[in-house]
Amino acid sequence: MRIAVAALLTALLAATGCSGGDGSASPGPEADTGGSAKGDFGPPQGEPVKAVLTSPPQVPPPTGRSAPAKVIVELEVVEKEMAISEGVTYTFWTFGGTVPGSFIRVRQGDTVEFHLMNAPDSKMPHNIDLHGVTGPGGGAASSFTAPGHRSRFTFKALNAGLYVYHCATAPVGMHVANGMYGLILVEPPEGLPEVDREYYVMQGDFYTTGRYREKGLQPFDMEKAIDEHPTYVLFNGAEGALTGDKALAARTGERVRLYVGNGGPNLVSSFHVIGEIFDKVWFEGGSRFQENVQTTLIPAGGAAMAEFHIEVPGSYMLVDHSIFRAFNKGALAILKADGEPNLAIYSGKEVDEVYLGDRALPNLEAVSQAAAAAKSGELTLQQQVDAGKALFAGTCSTCHQADGKGLEGVFPPLAKSDYLARDARRVPSVILHGLTGKLTVNGRDYDSVMPPMTQLTDDEVANISTYVLNSWGNPGGRISKADAAAIRAKAPAAAQGAH
Amino acid sequence: MRSRWAACALATAAAFTATASDWASVPGGPFKSALRYEDAPAGTEVADFQLMQAPVTNGEYLEFVRAHPEWRRGRAPIALAEARYLSHWEHDLAPGPKAAREQPVTWVSWFAANAYCESQRARLPTWQEWEYVAAADETRRDARADPAWRERILGWYARPSTEALPAVGQGPPNAFGVKDVHGLVWEWVDDASALLVSGDDREQGSADRRQFCGAGALAMDDRDNYAILMRVAMLSSLGAADATGNLGFRCARSLP
Repeated sequence: MRIAVAALLTALLAATGCSGGDGSASPGPEADTGGSAKGDFGPPQGEPVKAVLTSPPQVPPPTGRSAPAKVIVELEVVEKEMAISEGVTYTFWTFGGTVPGSFIRVRQGDTVEFHLMNAPDSKMPHNIDLHGVTGPGGGAASSFTAPGHRSRFTFKALNAGLYVYHCATAPVGMHVANGMYGLILVEPPEGLPEVDREYYVMQGDFYTTGRYREKGLQPFDMEKAIDEHPTYVLFNGAEGALTGDKALAARTGERVRLYVGNGGPNLVSSFHVIGEIFDKVWFEGGSRFQENVQTTLIPAGGAAMAEFHIEVPGSYMLVDHSIFRAFNKGALAILKADGEPNLAIYSGKEVDEVYLGDRALPNLEAVSQAAAAAKSGELTLQQQVDAGKALFAGTCSTCHQADGKGLEGVFPPLAKSDYLARDARRVPSVILHGLTGKLTVNGRDYDSVMPPMTQLTDDEVANISTYVLNSWGNPGGRISKADAAAIRAKAPAAAQGAH
Repeated sequence: MRSRWAACALATAAAFTATASDWASVPGGPFKSALRYEDAPAGTEVADFQLMQAPVTNGEYLEFVRAHPEWRRGRAPIALAEARYLSHWEHDLAPGPKAAREQPVTWVSWFAANAYCESQRARLPTWQEWEYVAAADETRRDARADPAWRERILGWYARPSTEALPAVGQGPPNAFGVKDVHGLVWEWVDDASALLVSGDDREQGSADRRQFCGAGALAMDDRDNYAILMRVAMLSSLGAADATGNLGFRCARSLP
């Protein structure tokens, strides 16, 4: 009991000590902003203001207001076919003609008069639920709008923060999956710290009946959506929406703030920028920031503001660090920073040389001998086999084992291999083009993946192949540099469907 | 109101029977709707009825407004047909190239559709009748459990409606001999105004639904059947004088 009382006293003292309220931009850990109970700054003042809406990745300018205003937002729902990937289209349902929808920026205490228009050629009725609204449904029931109609409702933005808005018409998941989401920023009264660039990026997962990158108009797939197996995970609604010519731009020495939302409908984003560290993250889009963050979690139906200062020029990749989504489902964007290199901070590549590891060192000699002999045109079979043996130890033996016996059922054997005996050229072909799928070697089935070893030179491929063919009871034979070059250029016909 | 239209219809009905659409005879049966009718949780019995094989076309509707000047564009009272009623027609009595004869008529209000059907000595189908027929595919009267059935409906939702509507009757008839139930236009139903679905989908099933009357506080019984759900959402977003470019209708008849 005594201890509890003491703790309580301490807490009280701490609270009193911090209640001064110096008006600084970010509240201290003990203070709070008061939330919605302190978010009403009275009736709107002055003439109504029409909100500036921007298409992604642009963000409207700061409101610059110091008093509550009446802000008129007019947002049109448009159903339209747009590219989701190269040669692939999808019928998106959009707020303002883009995915994500138009960015809305208001100030805490503003009275927002919201007009939702549904385009006359829409098939579906739609509505909007703004997470920045205080009131049941977030506006959804008040904004249910048939095609060719307009709805209006009004709310006071009581809480500062970055909020998702989305459609909530039946079936909600499908409307969201078709791209019906966006962000509304409710600035705190003092505004946000000034930065050099602001961008609007929003992740979403998409479900098409066709496979990833299958061409043509792809319909929505409800089963995949229910199973939460997206075909695409994207920033700003399309693969390539923020790469190449459309990459986000910045310069060294600039401070960049990203307003990042996640529309879902299903996935949580592990948002990360490769090569940068967020100096500040206003996690969950709220009023406090964390510093020095590598990856920030953005829930479906949530948002965050991430800020960083750029020191070194180059391309910075924005990814969902659930990384297969980035490289196999499209969740990848680029911020391209121009400027002078700063070698003191990042050198770029200083060394690029061969590293073969311990086991290859004694025989490296054989590789250079073979290379020299090949140049002078006097390369012997033995030289090739010796060089190939050294290279095999470095690259191939990890899986196929030093004795060429592989691992039964996992890595096929090269020793006494009936598969290789049928066609000597399979050796260089598999090295160069890889081999995936079902395969029978010496009566045993294999079903795995060997990636193409295209990093090997034609010399190296020729020598490794020759070594394999002349070892462990294989029938012999010789692969030349020219053979390897020809096979490299060819489609991997010999390596596929060979059983 | 209703009786006045009926009287008009009787006077001129004879002129139409020859040009009106062919009818399919739909044998009734027990039916479990995707909607939850509180007064019939186990499903209902749909009585035998007749249904137009295809939606009403511009050509057929033109005949109607010729015989019924009070339903011409500009003459129909705004309370019964909104300002965009038949707005895609070039002239009041000449639909023009943007509304070909064989295309389904759209931009018609519930009142207008109802008047048309009465002129045919018919009526709009009820939601249950429409849903009963729409459950079929080419070979089965109830194909709703088949994902392919759902996928096909979805295919239409996935197509943007910026292109001109196709002519009616292009596809194969379903097991009831009815065409274009899916994939062409939304269709008015007789009790559309009773399909009170909340504007906020997530409220379904909450205590709030008790505020609704009509068909007895509808809620979705089969939430997986989102294809039907969306049609209900569409109809419930409209008033009876409203019209859209994707909404047409067909008529039904009770059997004596």
